[in-house]
Amino acid sequence: MSTKLNLTLSVWRQPGPEARGQFVTYPANGIPDDASFLEMLDMVNEQLIEQGELPIEFPHDCREGICGTCGVMINGRAHGQERGTATCQLHMRKFSDGDTIVIEPWRAAAFPVVRDLVVDRSPLDKIIEAGGFISAPTGTAPDANEIPVPKEVADSAMDAAACIGCGACVAACPNSAAQLFTSAKLWHLNSLPQGQAERFRRTEAMVETMESFFGSCTNHGECTEACPKEISQDFIAYMNRDYMKSLVYNRRLAGQR
Amino acid sequence: MAAPTATEKVTGANSATRPIRPRPKRLPFPLSLYQTAVGKKWVMAVTGIALLGFVLFHMFGNLKLYLGVIEENGERVYDVDIYAEYLRDLLVPLFPRTWFLWLLRFGLIAAFGLHIHAAYSLTRLNLATNNAYESKRDWLAANFASRSMRYTGVIVLAYLIFHLADLTWGWIPSTDWERGEVQANVVNSLSNPVVAIIYIVANVMLAVHIFHGVYSMFQSLGINNPRYNQLRRYLAAGLAAVILVGNVSFPIAVLTGLIDYDPSLLGPVS
Repeated sequence: MSTKLNLTLSVWRQPGPEARGQFVTYPANGIPDDASFLEMLDMVNEQLIEQGELPIEFPHDCREGICGTCGVMINGRAHGQERGTATCQLHMRKFSDGDTIVIEPWRAAAFPVVRDLVVDRSPLDKIIEAGGFISAPTGTAPDANEIPVPKEVADSAMDAAACIGCGACVAACPNSAAQLFTSAKLWHLNSLPQGQAERFRRTEAMVETMESFFGSCTNHGECTEACPKEISQDFIAYMNRDYMKSLVYNRRLAGQR
Repeated sequence: MAAPTATEKVTGANSATRPIRPRPKRLPFPLSLYQTAVGKKWVMAVTGIALLGFVLFHMFGNLKLYLGVIEENGERVYDVDIYAEYLRDLLVPLFPRTWFLWLLRFGLIAAFGLHIHAAYSLTRLNLATNNAYESKRDWLAANFASRSMRYTGVIVLAYLIFHLADLTWGWIPSTDWERGEVQANVVNSLSNPVVAIIYIVANVMLAVHIFHGVYSMFQSLGINNPRYNQLRRYLAAGLAAVILVGNVSFPIAVLTGLIDYDPSLLGPVS
């Protein structure tokens, strides 16, 4: 049998991008502790609809921690207090009866609020777009292990590729920097043999696009703590290294200036 | 409360689809480095290493204050006075007197200038791209040192100017400053408890600044190897501790009389 929780929510309500927002307090009573955080918000929204109020808009999609759509600040922490957990995978059993939960959207100048808890994260897409393509041979399926990849490199690339692009790193950063996101996307390709042809052009383009939207890294390490995939800030150092190389390497190619 | 339409999202005044900071026109290679935040952090790290080297050697040289009076060419003089004079004679047959010292000084001034300018422009960038939370937020990884770099940096700069005015230029009228009399100047200045407290507080701030700076520098330069990453924290703590203990010991030693100035000890060896 699951126990029921009686909670108080303090939720950021903002009718539109230009409107002024504010915290509104709602009771959330009889929440089963098996519910996920988003299911709890669904239950509150059902109550609101019955009362004739507009439901709380919150970002969500797969609800299994792999799509990167959900994500809100919960009691001052991105994705809530559980380490390595997206908002949708946070369960109400992590809260106690009588708790007050403060829910706020991601805050960054590059992430304007669309409505309530939903923010526009399209600058992250701009960074991905700037990355361009990789050169991969087409045709019949290649033989397995045709391109040798050391196990350590494959592991490292996979750790970086775990990024779901939720934006928690930006939300947690005191400078609203997207370094963890960008470095994870870069290292996922830059560490593998398949990503070498465009390595430095890609690094340069993605870093410079990132910097036109986001702040700079001051090495606090808040991003890794907030990341639902626990992506290491080591990747930021690799990105810095590759970016400095790209400035030299890209210019060494004749006629590229 | 009508739902925002698709066009509203795109055309909103603070629409995310437009860059917050337009990309500047690209300068030729070495300068283009300084146009980006990653490059500026790299410059901060390199100048930080230079400044850290200066701080370490400055502290190490000042330890001569503890050696007191020695005999030199048949005369008893304070060891630190000889050391200060020697700095002007550095590499003398190769360079004219004081030239190499001035070379080092210009290098330091350039490092300070770049370090401060990079910090200033990165702070401007970060304030422009950041939106503060309305509710209280938690800090999980950021520590006091990393969160206070801006403030400790400004305090260290203010202290640096005071320190130069006090002991290099002799602008503080109460201290009876005399050129070349290092031991006398240091003791005269630091025997005032107010000045001693300024030195102690400023050097604690310097150590806090160095603690985050040394760790941060490795990340900014891209020096990262999971096997040795923990050593970066130890090195940061070690360097900060050495500089803290060394620098704070001088005002305390002057106040307790361990370092003093006694003109009667000087003069020709009888």
